[in-house]
Amino acid sequence: MQNVVSKLDAVIQKYHGKKGALIPLMQEVQDLEGYLSHNTMQYLSEQTNVPVAEIFGVATFYSMFRLKAQGRHVIRICKGTACHVSGANGILYSLRENLQLEPGEETTTDGNFTLVEVACLGCCSLAPVIMIDDQTFGTLTPEAIPSILDKFAFAGDTV
Amino acid sequence: MSNVVVKVGVASCGLAAGAGDVFSRVQEYISEQKLDISLVKTACIGMCFEEPIVALSGMDAGTIIMGKVTADSIIESLDDYLAGNPIRQRVILAEKGDAIHNELLANQKRIVLRNCGVINPESLPDYEATGGYTALRIALEMEREDIITTIKDSGLRGRGGAGFSTGMKWGFAFNAVGDKKYVVCNADEGDPGAFMDRSVLEGDPHSILEGMAIGAFAMGADEGYIYCRAEYPLAIKHLKIAIADAEQKGYLGNNILGTDFSFDLHIKEGAGAFVCGEETALMASIEGKRGMPTIRPPFPAESGLWGKPTNINNVETWANISWIINNGADAYKQYGTEKSTGTKVFALAGKIKNSGLIEVPMGVTIRDVIYKVGGGMKTELPFKAVQLGGPSGGCIPEALLDTIVDYDSINKTGAIMGSGGMVVMDQGTCMVDVARFFLNFTQNESCGKCTFCRIGTRRMLEILTNITEGKGKLEDITTLEQLATNIIKGSLCGLGQTAPNPVLTTLKYFRDEYLAHIEEKRCPAGVCTSLLRYEIDPEKCIGCTACARKCPVNCISGSVKQVHNIDQDLCIKCGACYSTCKFGAVKKG
Ligand SMILES: Cc1cc2nc3c(=O)[nH]c(=O)nc-3n(C[C@H](O)[C@H](O)[C@H](O)COP(=O)(O)O)c2cc1C
Ligand code: FES
Repeated sequence: MQNVVSKLDAVIQKYHGKKGALIPLMQEVQDLEGYLSHNTMQYLSEQTNVPVAEIFGVATFYSMFRLKAQGRHVIRICKGTACHVSGANGILYSLRENLQLEPGEETTTDGNFTLVEVACLGCCSLAPVIMIDDQTFGTLTPEAIPSILDKFAFAGDTV
Repeated sequence: MSNVVVKVGVASCGLAAGAGDVFSRVQEYISEQKLDISLVKTACIGMCFEEPIVALSGMDAGTIIMGKVTADSIIESLDDYLAGNPIRQRVILAEKGDAIHNELLANQKRIVLRNCGVINPESLPDYEATGGYTALRIALEMEREDIITTIKDSGLRGRGGAGFSTGMKWGFAFNAVGDKKYVVCNADEGDPGAFMDRSVLEGDPHSILEGMAIGAFAMGADEGYIYCRAEYPLAIKHLKIAIADAEQKGYLGNNILGTDFSFDLHIKEGAGAFVCGEETALMASIEGKRGMPTIRPPFPAESGLWGKPTNINNVETWANISWIINNGADAYKQYGTEKSTGTKVFALAGKIKNSGLIEVPMGVTIRDVIYKVGGGMKTELPFKAVQLGGPSGGCIPEALLDTIVDYDSINKTGAIMGSGGMVVMDQGTCMVDVARFFLNFTQNESCGKCTFCRIGTRRMLEILTNITEGKGKLEDITTLEQLATNIIKGSLCGLGQTAPNPVLTTLKYFRDEYLAHIEEKRCPAGVCTSLLRYEIDPEKCIGCTACARKCPVNCISGSVKQVHNIDQDLCIKCGACYSTCKFGAVKKG
């Protein structure tokens, strides 16, 4: 925790006094722990003198901010127009099935994957598309999903 | 060093198709064989359906571009090319001789996309070699008013959707009084199904920087922001490199090219909110607040970022500027129609053969865009509609395909030009489902400030969902139309004002589909799962068990060589049996 606090302080320091810095500041803080916890937002507010309500308001307005911890890998499934008409629903179904996610659940029980729906990844000509971390996979079929997921399978703690 | 150059397209689309492997394979091969040739990266040439794409040049055969390249095929082609032999792999464009898609480029006019897929976007010298930053030099010698007059005369209209005259907008910002002014590039590109701006940002970032520097000089701004959505990491990377290089060379920063004009440019990453594409919301977001639109007037030209006069233009608008300064307003006006001059970039997607990015002169028909440039339909299923303008736009049916690409003509159909996304739909697409899809989108993205936008879109979504689930009533259509009128009237920003468009246009052109869902409880396209039923035809079933083995919920019973049966209560309507059966025994209805 001490470690995180000192990193937090460094990030806060970096944006100190810059105009319009709240969002990039929060983005960088989120990168530290993968999400924004209530404690973190409280601490940010104390250090920056921005009311915690405003920080929370920004965090809930933008879809990039997460209030819950997420899996090691983030799968973004595109639900944009081109993907929708090219069978994105089937891909989503296959993903949920392969990840064994219960309805409403986003993160797998082993904490390896978090599945989020996004509107358009800008690769519409390769619809349907998913993105795992920074890698994009296009022209998918439901059958192709298991082998893609295997590439990101969790091999156990390496530390 | 020889003149031979291997260029690999490594934009997002290329990478998703495997261009990364192709690039590393060529790199390996060059060092293994100690070849005296250069390997460079370029971005997207627009033919995304052919990715990965590699261009070879520098031999007598001229430039040859290949599509659907693999790590193996590229080595064979490279050997052929270097040996002066004909290429045996898939050649899509050739400078000399025939190639499958030579005509595709001939039907286009590339102003905005002039460098995309041609130059290395990470190289400032590449951009300079195509005449880059000459327009900035010319502009810095001009009177500031004359620059604005040139842009006005060119007839350029904002490419972000609304189509307002760029020159006039610049004039407002020029006339605004203030010690500090800003220019902003709107690179939020939130319309699902559109990726024009991504390609320009990834493929030719300097053209945007140059346009913004010219604009800032003309309007008297000394600071600028590019607001780019965070879903475009490669675009952001290329922008960062471009800004650093341009500062180094004195095209940005203090005392640009030795004049007393200074201009600082920053990148702001979006945080995922569609409404932030709206200009007042975008400025709130740059200031670090929730991206809520505010009432206009005051327009940004009077009071924008931090209350200072601000001019916002779209990526494609900015990318046109340097061309216009270099070639003059008249050269620009020779393309397009009287009221919509120049060219427009479209992102073709959906059920179209040549999906990707194209640029055509305004005034061509939508039919030509789809069939001549886009290659027509991808599957055997016939054309049904083309969606223009994303969630603010509408669906244009076959009968109106001869509408020309021009702001005013497209508006007459009830759709809008929008930013340039064209999603083509075939008979397998359900129009009620499409309308529901867009309403779901706008309902999610509404910032919640205006009651009609917040609750009205939710009501519309509920009604549309009911219709797709077979629970619709005839009165629902009237209710939808009333809600639409009220949402348009009662919303502050473009999001709400245009949200009903997808519903209104589908009701106008595809009313019979709504009626089929409501009166006959039938989805003619076979999309709405609640109205679907899969059944096995006992006459055709030979009892091969293929469907039963494929069924994810094990709801198909029957033993070998016996007629199978689907348990309708358990069936999840995934269609796996339908696509598996080789005997046409599974019926969908
Ligand atoms: C809900 C909404 C979303 C918008 N999204 C974008 C966008 O993603 N990109 C864009 O350039 N303009 C977008 N606009 C239009 C902008 O408000 C603005 O008109 C445009 O950036 C002006 O640039 P232009 O004159 O060069 O077109 C959007 C408008 C609304 C109402
Ligand atoms: S609609 Fe899926 S990438 Fe654009």
